[in-house]
Amino acid sequence: MTDRDVRLVDMTLRDGMHAVDHSFTPEEMADVAAALDEASMDVVEVSHGDGMGGSSINYGFSAAETGEYLDAVVPQLTDTKLSVLLLPGIGTVEELDLAVDRGADVCRIATHVTEADVSQEHFEYVTDRGLEATGLLMLSHMAAPETVLEQAKLMEEYGADAVYVMDSAGAMLPSDVRDRVGLLADELSIDVGFHAHDNLGLAIGNTLAGIEAGATTIDGCLRGLGAGSGNAQMEVLVGVLEKAGYEVTPDFFGVMDAAEDVLVPMVSDDEMPEIDNDSLLLGYAGVYSSFLRHTRRAGEKYGIDPREILLALGEMEVVGGQEDLITDVASRLASERDAAAESDD
Amino acid sequence: MAVKAAIVGPGNIGTDLMYKILDRGEAIELERMIGIFPVEESEGLQAAVDNDVAVGTEGIDSVREHADEFDVVFEATSAHVHRENAPVYEDLGLFAIDMTPAAVGPYTVPVVNLDDVVGETDNVNMVTCGGQATIPLVYAVDRVADVEYAEMISHIASKSAGPGTRQNIDSFTQTTADGLETVGGAREGKAIITLNPAEPPIMMRNTIHTQVHEDTDVDAVRDSIGRMESEIQTYVPGYEVTMEPEVKTGDDVAFDLGDAIILTTMLEVEGEGQHLPPYAGNLDIMTSAALGTGERIAEQGLLDGTARGVAHD
Repeated sequence: MTDRDVRLVDMTLRDGMHAVDHSFTPEEMADVAAALDEASMDVVEVSHGDGMGGSSINYGFSAAETGEYLDAVVPQLTDTKLSVLLLPGIGTVEELDLAVDRGADVCRIATHVTEADVSQEHFEYVTDRGLEATGLLMLSHMAAPETVLEQAKLMEEYGADAVYVMDSAGAMLPSDVRDRVGLLADELSIDVGFHAHDNLGLAIGNTLAGIEAGATTIDGCLRGLGAGSGNAQMEVLVGVLEKAGYEVTPDFFGVMDAAEDVLVPMVSDDEMPEIDNDSLLLGYAGVYSSFLRHTRRAGEKYGIDPREILLALGEMEVVGGQEDLITDVASRLASERDAAAESDD
Repeated sequence: MAVKAAIVGPGNIGTDLMYKILDRGEAIELERMIGIFPVEESEGLQAAVDNDVAVGTEGIDSVREHADEFDVVFEATSAHVHRENAPVYEDLGLFAIDMTPAAVGPYTVPVVNLDDVVGETDNVNMVTCGGQATIPLVYAVDRVADVEYAEMISHIASKSAGPGTRQNIDSFTQTTADGLETVGGAREGKAIITLNPAEPPIMMRNTIHTQVHEDTDVDAVRDSIGRMESEIQTYVPGYEVTMEPEVKTGDDVAFDLGDAIILTTMLEVEGEGQHLPPYAGNLDIMTSAALGTGERIAEQGLLDGTARGVAHD
C-alpha cells in the first residue's frame, strides 16, 4: 500500500439496513453483494443495522437471522472481504463465534466514543481466531480529540488493526474531522478510518478532510443508503477519490451499476435517505442517525413534531442504543402538551 | 432474634451493603466484614472499623476462623472468587447470598421466586442489577398474560459501571436474558445494556418490552405492575415505574407483529446514597435485593431447615 491508497468499506447491507428498517432479505443481500464483488469492492459489511444481535423490539427485527444473511452473501464473494459489526452490550461473543464460523474476514467492534473498555473481550476473541479486527468509536463528535485518542489507544492495545472516527450523528464539521483523525493518524501505529453521515450535507467533504488528515480506510454505501440522511455515497466517493489522485480498488462504473441497477429497484422512495427537515436535525442536535425512523414513528403516534423529539434527545445527550428513550420523550412531550391545553381551558 | 451475617468483599458493593444493613437491617445483623488486604489498605474495611463492625483480613480463612459467629454470608467479591468460596460455605453450613455473576446457586429475585428456591438450596444468586430491576415486571406481566418474548434495555451512567462489568459485559446480557426466561417467565428473553457518560450522571433507567397476545387485558397488566412496584419498593426504596405500559400495535412498529402487541414499561432506580451516589441505582438495587433476600430468609426462619440443619447433622 502506498500512502495514496484508500480502502473502501461498503456498508449498504449494514448501515443501509437502518434505512429499510432492517427488511433486506438474504436474497437481496446476495444480489447486492454479488454486484459489489463484481465491482471489486474492498470490503462489504453485512448485518442488522445495530450489528449482530441487534434484531429486537428496540431497534426493529430484521427480516432474517445473521446466519442466513452470511450464508447468502459468502458464496457471492471472490476477492471482496466480508465484514460484520458487533456492538458490545447488544451482541455478544456468541454472535462473533457464529460470524467466524460462517466465513467473516473482518469483525468491526463499535462502542460509544468514551466506552472503549467494554470491547476488550471481543477484540481478544476476534484476534485469537485470526480475523482482522477494527474498532469503531461511535459519536466521536461528543468527545474532545484527546479523549478520542485515549479511547483509540485502548482499542489498539486490545488488538485492533484499525480504529475509526465515527461521525454517527453526522454532526461534525470538516475541522472536527481533521482534529480527530489527524491526532489519531499521528499517534497510533495502526490504520485510521472515517465514517460519515450526510445529515449536514458534509458526508463527502468530511470524508475528503478525513483522508487528507490521514484516514486510509473509509466507509460508504451505494446511493448513500444508511441511517439518517445516509452515509457517504460510494459511487461519488470512488469518482471523487480518483479525481483527487487517490488509488482505489473498486471499478467506478461497476459501483455505479451496483447502485442503479441492483440496489435502487429494491428500495422505496420513503426508504431512500435524503436530507430532509428531520434528518437535518440529527446533525444539528448531534443525535445518533438511526434514531430517525423510530422518531418519526413515535412522532406520528403521539402527534409531536419529530424535530422537537430530536432536540430534546440531543439535550439529554443520548447515545447509540438508547432508542427506547424516544418513546419516553415523545410521551412526555405529549403529556406536557395535553397539560398545557387543559390549563388553557 | 436477629440472624447474623458477614460480608465477604469490602469493595463498593460490599461497603454499600454494610451501610444498608447498619441503617435498616431488622432480622439481619452485620457481624463481620471480610477482605484480603490490611485494614489500612482497604477503604471498605476501614469504614467497617469506623462503624464498629468486626473485620477479617484473610479472605476465606477469616470466614473459616469465625464461621461460628454468623449464619449468612453475602458474597461481594467476583465470580471467580465465589466459585472457589462456595464449597467452603457449604461445608461450614453457611447460607450464601451471591451478588457476583458466578451463579453457583439458582437465580433469585426476592419478590418473585425466593420462597421457591430457599429450602432447595443454601446458595442463591442475585442475577444482575438489570435483572433485579426488570425480571419482577416481566413476571408481573406474565402472571396475567402469557409473555411470548421479553426484552430489557438497561441504561447505566458510565461512572457507575466498574471494571468488572466492563471487562465482561457479555455476562450481563447473557445472564439477564436467562433470568427473564427462567425467573420472569418469558418464553424468550433478550437483554441490552448501554453506558451513557452524560454529566451529571444519568439515573439508572430500564425499559421493558413484552410481546403478548393482542387480546391481553392491558388494565389487568397495569394493575399487576402497580402491585409489583409496591412490593419491590419495600426493599428497594428508590424503585419507581416512570412509564406505565404503553401499547404498541403493528401500526407503530416496522416489523410484522402477527396477532401480538407490545407493552412497553420504563422504570428508574435511585440509589439511597449511603455510600454510592444516588445515580448508581444499578449498584443500589443489587445490594437492596441481597439485603431483602437476607431479611426474608431470616424473618421466615428458613435457615433452620437448610444451612444450619446441614451443618449440625
